[in-house]
Amino acid sequence: MSRLHPGAIATLLSAIVALFLLMPLIAVVPVSFTSRRYLSLPDGKWSLRHYASLFEDPEWGASLLSSIQVGLLASLCAVILASAFCIGIWMLKPRMAGLMTGFVLLPMVAPPVVSSLTLYFFLNKLSQWNSIIAYDKLGGVVLAHTVMIVPYAVVVIMVALSQLDRRIDLAAQSMGASVPTRVFGVILPNIRFGLIGAFFLCFLLSWDEIGVTLFVTSVETVTLPRRMWMGLRDNVDPAIAALSVLLICVVTLIIVLRAAVHFRQARKGG
Amino acid sequence: MRPTLFLISPLLLFLGCSYLLPFLGIMQLSFTDPSPGLAQYQQVLSDPLTLSVIWRTVRLCLIVTVVSVSCAYVITLLWVRGRPMVRLLTELCIMIPFWISVLSRAFGWLAMLSNRGLLNTWLKDMGLIDSAIQMTRNEFAVVVGMSHYLIPFAVFPLATAMRNVDERVLTAADGMGASRLRVFWQVFVPMTASGVMGAFLLVFVFSIGFYVTPALLGGGQSVLIAELIYLWIFQIPQWGVAAAMSVVLMIAVGGILYLLMRRYGEIAQ
Repeated sequence: MSRLHPGAIATLLSAIVALFLLMPLIAVVPVSFTSRRYLSLPDGKWSLRHYASLFEDPEWGASLLSSIQVGLLASLCAVILASAFCIGIWMLKPRMAGLMTGFVLLPMVAPPVVSSLTLYFFLNKLSQWNSIIAYDKLGGVVLAHTVMIVPYAVVVIMVALSQLDRRIDLAAQSMGASVPTRVFGVILPNIRFGLIGAFFLCFLLSWDEIGVTLFVTSVETVTLPRRMWMGLRDNVDPAIAALSVLLICVVTLIIVLRAAVHFRQARKGG
Repeated sequence: MRPTLFLISPLLLFLGCSYLLPFLGIMQLSFTDPSPGLAQYQQVLSDPLTLSVIWRTVRLCLIVTVVSVSCAYVITLLWVRGRPMVRLLTELCIMIPFWISVLSRAFGWLAMLSNRGLLNTWLKDMGLIDSAIQMTRNEFAVVVGMSHYLIPFAVFPLATAMRNVDERVLTAADGMGASRLRVFWQVFVPMTASGVMGAFLLVFVFSIGFYVTPALLGGGQSVLIAELIYLWIFQIPQWGVAAAMSVVLMIAVGGILYLLMRRYGEIAQ
């Protein structure tokens, strides 16, 4: 069998692709230590000024706060709406289930720029009626993010429900449990890991969201990606390199830890 | 029955109000703003500047798709069929970039390719070039950045297809004396062709509505459809034309997705 493992050529080509995948992540590291104000490599003296500016400049802190607020609120809305929808479909199995699911997955498959335009148009209209859920307001960004991330919550929760044994719900039903009791007492506790997973995924997606955010914000509500965008577009600010290094470290740490745990479990299991 | 309907309807109402209705509004704009009729569509499909953007988008997206799917095929091969330790390392190389913000990745490419970036500095230090080679603000940078973003998305359908390959077929071909190369090209590749097709359509759909990476790495020099829509909204307000363009884009993507679904439907049957 070992004859059919990938050979030297495949391994070499893969190594090139892997290098290509990691290259930009490595390239930000030296840039983040430059002592100049523009994108350059540190020649001779390394400086931490761009890391310091991340912590000293109150605008980065404000953006961090609004990213966390938007992420938590949008994920909460998305998970509540999605779990109600999925449980409803699961219990009722309506005739139009396929069509309805297809409809709620639409924001996930439509080109992002079309969704952005649609949401910008919608929030512009709403701005004429109120100033909470409106263009460039926190409420408006939460609404836009909820629309964009709710399909992912639906997918994760649908998967969780598909693994749930229907007989548990049938038992509760036959013993006279009302629909609220079945939902809150039986179904929700049994899919709690799916709900937590959906919440995490939604938060991550909202945290990284830039396509729609660019269209629905300008100066008042500035999430972290939006502030990065401003620093990239006007003149490339090395503070973004510092921020990217920090984010890359966090992501790498989480993924390596997760992989290590899996690897050990697989070793033990095998 | 009533309480369960109460569960399903909130999300449908929410998306109906905040997604479907505004999209219908956009469609209405595309036929009415500024003049009633099909003038906006006419501009989208006949104006030479717009057509050149559409043509550039299709051309670059095809290049990006071919590059991403080929790179993804090679690395997925190792991820699915390599030895355990190799598999772990490949997985890290795929998953770490996948979870990192698109902005950080675009910035990384700027740091790599710009005039004062890593690559130019190295080449200068080694004495290979005298002045910096322009590698950003052009189509090359856009292709590199977009391919880098899309490789992980091509990996997932390919991995599914490769995991579904029946090991015994490969062993049989091997046992009957086929060379390694022949087992790969005449047995393994045809058996994963559906995954390649799926990955190809998926990556193409993703790339065609892409805004962030082309805007940052193209630097306004190679505008793609999504950036053109952005310009029509925020720079030279032409809502009707932007709306018409969006509708055209939506129809194109819908058509490709329909093909994708039908393909997968056939395989499932």
